[in-house]
Amino acid sequence: MADEKKAKKKPKINPKRISMPKQTPEERVRNFEEVALGFTPELAIQEAERCLQCKKPKCVEGCPVEIDIPGFIAKIVEKDFNGSIAVLKEKQALAAVCGRVCPQEEQCEILCILGKKMEPVAVGRLERFAADYEASQGKVEIPHIAKKTGKRVAVVGTGPAGVTVAADLAVLGHDIVMYEALHDVGGVLMYGIPEFRLPKDIVRREVDYVKKLGVEIIFDYVVGKTRTINALLEDFDAIFVGAGAGLPWFLEIPGENLNGVYSANEYLTRVNLMKGFRFPEFDTPIKRPRRVAVVGGGNVAMDSARTALRLGADESHIVYRRSREELPARLEEVENAEEEGVIFDFLTLPIRCIGNDHGWLVGMECLKMELGAPDDSGRRRPVPIEGSNFVMECEAMVASIGNSPNPLIPQTTTGLEIGRKGNIVADEETGLTSLDKVWAGGDVVTGAATVINAMGAGRKAARSMHEYLTGENNK
Amino acid sequence: MVPNIHELVVEAPDVAAAIKPGQFVILRPSETGERVPLSTSDFDREAGTITCFFQVVGESTAKLALLEPGDTIPTFAGPLGLESEIENFGTVVLVGGCFGIGSIYPIARALKEAGNEAHVILEARSKYLHYWVDRHEAIADSVTLITRDGTLGTKGHVSRIPDILNKLKIKPDRVIANGCTFQMKRVSDITKPLGILTIVSMNPIMIDGTGMCGVCRLTVDGETKFACVDGPDFNGHLIDWEEFLQRRKTYYEEEIEPLRRSGTGTTVHVCRNC
Ligand SMILES: Cc1cc2nc3c(=O)[nH]c(=O)nc-3n(C[C@H](O)[C@H](O)[C@H](O)COP(=O)(O)OP(=O)(O)OC[C@H]3O[C@@H](n4cnc5c(N)ncnc54)[C@H](O)[C@@H]3O)c2cc1C
Ligand SMILES: Cc1cc2nc3c(=O)[nH]c(=O)nc-3n(C[C@H](O)[C@H](O)[C@H](O)COP(=O)(O)OP(=O)(O)OC[C@H]3O[C@@H](n4cnc5c(N)ncnc54)[C@H](O)[C@@H]3O)c2cc1C
Ligand code: SF4
Ligand code: FES
Repeated sequence: MADEKKAKKKPKINPKRISMPKQTPEERVRNFEEVALGFTPELAIQEAERCLQCKKPKCVEGCPVEIDIPGFIAKIVEKDFNGSIAVLKEKQALAAVCGRVCPQEEQCEILCILGKKMEPVAVGRLERFAADYEASQGKVEIPHIAKKTGKRVAVVGTGPAGVTVAADLAVLGHDIVMYEALHDVGGVLMYGIPEFRLPKDIVRREVDYVKKLGVEIIFDYVVGKTRTINALLEDFDAIFVGAGAGLPWFLEIPGENLNGVYSANEYLTRVNLMKGFRFPEFDTPIKRPRRVAVVGGGNVAMDSARTALRLGADESHIVYRRSREELPARLEEVENAEEEGVIFDFLTLPIRCIGNDHGWLVGMECLKMELGAPDDSGRRRPVPIEGSNFVMECEAMVASIGNSPNPLIPQTTTGLEIGRKGNIVADEETGLTSLDKVWAGGDVVTGAATVINAMGAGRKAARSMHEYLTGENNK
Repeated sequence: MVPNIHELVVEAPDVAAAIKPGQFVILRPSETGERVPLSTSDFDREAGTITCFFQVVGESTAKLALLEPGDTIPTFAGPLGLESEIENFGTVVLVGGCFGIGSIYPIARALKEAGNEAHVILEARSKYLHYWVDRHEAIADSVTLITRDGTLGTKGHVSRIPDILNKLKIKPDRVIANGCTFQMKRVSDITKPLGILTIVSMNPIMIDGTGMCGVCRLTVDGETKFACVDGPDFNGHLIDWEEFLQRRKTYYEEEIEPLRRSGTGTTVHVCRNC
């Protein structure tokens, strides 16, 4: 109630959030540069002024890492931008990333009091502004690092989960070595999410921050293969596994091994990590087919479909078996895709890939669907309409229907409890696994989820690991 | 080493300490380079080195060939894939061609140490394309050389295997073939009617080599497998070879065409050695 009274005292709140400048759709489908350009300080202040500074802020309840949202926004109003990032950094090591890719509309913004009557405060855009402002100043604050504890911790994977653990524990004075299977940092942030949504310089900048904390990163080191977890335990006091969910699912329909059928991981990796879009400057090639069909409806599918357009496809389709309402992708990305001309084929299920004599994909046989009763997830179950078969012509199909945890570590680690979906089983509050001295978190535990959940899991694990490392038994 | 096949010795102690026969590594010759998978032909755990043989077929392998002793490369990851099955099977015939002459060697050695009778057959187009014969002779029960032009050993190609088996008077319990796809397919075709279990080391296009992208998938006995994590060794009689050969050609236009135009490569058929 008190909050609403205050709202009345300030009647001139802009009911609409300040929109963020973007490249026009016509312009951006022809380049790989970032679509959203970010707030200027003036726009950021205008948006920040919309916040009511609630005493009991609802938004914070929705934030998986409990950022002091009104706190950092207040600093923007005061034009103390460095102060703002300092508030963010109390809880958030990857603000520039999360400001761009978090599903705020389902987390903090959905709970914002303003949202009852008008558009909620654009928390994500403000978070991004604060982080970018700091970076544009070229000097990044390094926090005070505690006295060395002499404890050694190995972190497997340089995705958001691993980076959070490494940063938190490094500040507490532990020695950290990170192991990464690929030749670059960042996990999905680097090889999955495309440049036009999350510029790789930003990922590198945020990860460089961990290096500044004294963390050592070893690349091209496949834990489980180069050395097993059990063997690493001989050299480390504790291990965190943040190996992500990297194993792509296919639809398991006939013809899926035809040329022209990709997993989203392959498609996006060729473009992002291997820089296929700069072939032949970079050596990894990528095909540029005329019609691309992306199967799935999540962020990964949106990213693939929008990448296809940027690679010069005439038509890029999202083929999804439910309807627009059920799309799991962030709304903002769905809208971006629509603006750019991605064609959405809802209630459509591919059942067979069709090839030509040379083993190349030329189309997909699909079924039309209708929505039936709700299933376990609460979403209405798609049911095929009999006899509705039709052929959709396309030269490329990108399967974007999900990933499960990579089996390399589960297969090679003795004593580690593995769940039904191939995930590592870890305590939700502490991240501790069934194996002594081994913690895990992020997508490898939950299956494909979000950046912020991976960070949240990393944070909890770091807390538990620190307690263990400095605890009685470990003096 | 021999024309178009180069030997690469890399110092990578972590990899050398862990690698087993049949596993492979992935390397990048430069910061802008592709990730190139290569089988291992030998490893020295004490010196911390790995030996690979590679054939120049495209851009990345051409770059590798330009490396000078002492150069460093940005990526060298491994060991990847599953190790070859090593047990006492009885009598084993190992067929190597091209870079497989090298990569079959540690498998032969391990099988011999496990108590098998190990017979090695090495195939190349001509005498001057054979290498490491002495090494094989030092460990194997017999080494038979095949050349297409008859300049050394038996004249012909792997289709001569049945004759060779007759001559050696052996009935192998298992055949293992390493080399280019065509050679491994031919070996599988030959041994199938003879009913001899045949294991081949598949080399599809790969990117990460850790099971993340799925580009390396192939159909084995009707099931999709990822060569980088489920293989690279598979039963050659169960592989869908036609699909495999098609998939290998995915980037042919992009990779071979520019080479022809730029004149940096002359070979259009990838493997000309066998
Ligand atoms: C295309 C795409 C778009 C997405 N969009 C969004 C979005 O908009 N918003 C959002 O919140 N989330 C999004 N996600 C999901 C989000 O990126 C992930 O949930 C998050 O990155 C998980 O973090 P992680 O640290 O658990 O794992 P990852 O980011 O997957 O990192 C795992 C790391 O571990 C390494 N690794 C794996 N195995 C080994 C091993 N054996 N040894 C050494 N290293 C190993 C991997 O190479 C990788 O670098 C998207 C995902 C994809 C693929
Ligand atoms: C597990 C595994 C082990 C391998 N071991 C060895 C080895 O020990 N020595 C060796 O010389 N090669 C080996 N290869 C093959 C080697 O990786 C490729 O020849 C190399 O990646 C080609 O790179 P490039 O840039 O030079 O050629 P690209 O420009 O990438 O390709 C040139 C042409 O070669 C074809 N090609 C693509 N991939 C392969 C392939 N895997 N094999 C043959 N031709 C291919 C392409 O379709 C294209 O037409 C192995 C491959 C795998 C998957
Ligand atoms: S963002 Fe919304 S819920 Fe959060 S403090 Fe501001 S007005 Fe209140
Ligand atoms: S190479 Fe990517 S999954 Fe095998």
